Amino acid sequence: MQGFDLSVILANPEFRAMLIKGIELTFIVAGVSWLVAMALALVLLTVRLTPSRLAQRTVAVYVSYHRNVPTLVQLMLWYFGISNLLPDAMQEWLTDHNGEAIFAIIALGLCQAAYFSEDMRSGLRAIPTGQAEAARALGHSYVNSMRYVILPQAIRNAIPALVNHTISLFKNSSLAMAIGVAELTHMVREIESRSFRTFEVYTVATVLYLGTSLVLMGLGAMLARRYSLAAAR
Amino acid sequence: MLDLIEIVRDNWVLLLIGQYPYGPLGGIAATLILSVVGILLAFPVSVALALARLSPWAWLRWPVTALVYIVRGVPLLLIILWTYFLLPLVLGQNVSGFATMICTLVLYEASYLSEVVRAGIQALPNGQTEAARSLGHGYVRAMRHIILPQALYNMLPSMLSQFISTIQDTTLGYVINVQELTFAANQINNQLLTKPFQVFFILAITYFVVCFTLTALAHQVERRIARRRLGGGVAPQIIDGVVMPAAQGPAPVGEVS
Repeated sequence: MQGFDLSVILANPEFRAMLIKGIELTFIVAGVSWLVAMALALVLLTVRLTPSRLAQRTVAVYVSYHRNVPTLVQLMLWYFGISNLLPDAMQEWLTDHNGEAIFAIIALGLCQAAYFSEDMRSGLRAIPTGQAEAARALGHSYVNSMRYVILPQAIRNAIPALVNHTISLFKNSSLAMAIGVAELTHMVREIESRSFRTFEVYTVATVLYLGTSLVLMGLGAMLARRYSLAAAR
Repeated sequence: MLDLIEIVRDNWVLLLIGQYPYGPLGGIAATLILSVVGILLAFPVSVALALARLSPWAWLRWPVTALVYIVRGVPLLLIILWTYFLLPLVLGQNVSGFATMICTLVLYEASYLSEVVRAGIQALPNGQTEAARSLGHGYVRAMRHIILPQALYNMLPSMLSQFISTIQDTTLGYVINVQELTFAANQINNQLLTKPFQVFFILAITYFVVCFTLTALAHQVERRIARRRLGGGVAPQIIDGVVMPAAQGPAPVGEVS
């Protein structure tokens, strides 16, 4: 085995360009699916809070499906299965427009929405009903009592879980490799097969993933501190 | 709908046990064996890691803390690739995908479980340790007979959810060609070629049934433990192996993923 030499990877312009492309796509996939997940989670949460039993059951089934089926299988179902049911014109369009990444974003976004909506719901449920009653009794409207009394407390409760699931979404973006999205892990394997410098490439990837995760963890800790009970008192 | 039944009828053996006895064991059987063996081996390791992280000696605490953070900050897929590459180098011989996957799962799940165990131990009132020590128990005996039995019992639901995550994590073995359920479904898909939706739908439903059953079981265990502990303190909530501060109201049930 040759000695450990990172410059073989980092000084090579071709490999460096591949790494940067991979990182870009990882951030795009993770970022866009985060937005999809958050938007959908708010919709799911709102539906779940309506009095309709049918709507509540539907959301419960949605959440249960996405939490009990492995993410990789969801990705495969979207990319190999559901794409096949689409009309031909649409399939062609998707092939031309990086369909793998689009399906990865859809699958990861829909899956993570289930987790996000549950995080927010348990944050809300932890608020005693007395809080809402007191706010209403003091003359706040429903919207104002939500805005000034319930939501600030609910967000405080939900933040740690939301941050954790954001980190797992970021890590899960690596699964997109299995359906051929050229994100960081995919590029790393590509570079490995061309350079045979497994140790070095994996180290670079590990540092990149770990660095981003640690930054996210740090941001989460900062947010939690900002909203913590001690600061509010 | 007919397609689904036909595919299951023609391929149920492959989905259940893979190519066994003509080839390696695969299908659901391999998935379950991987996850059961993985979690059983990970459990003692996780207790050791948790005790190391709670130990008063910095030389023991710091490396283990670093290890847990690294494993939690890196995608499982990358850890699998690392093991796949390093294990043969360390052992000096070829290692099967199955063994590689078990090693990875032990490392990965033990790191996550160790956070659960640590939370469980820290959730116990200090008086428990103090009382045990003042009754003359040493550290080991206090841990073994007083602290761990209580902590581990309270953690049963979290451990069950970790087992469910483990089942889901075994799917990643697909990347290094471990012959488990996802691999079997891809084999079937490659034979049929024309019915990818049906094949992967069957795959998703199969995982759903297995994991949903276990989730329901975890909820039941959780309710039973909550009843038994009624009147006790509020345990910290654990999500993805990370300790949350105790919730303000009644702790939400079953939000552990």
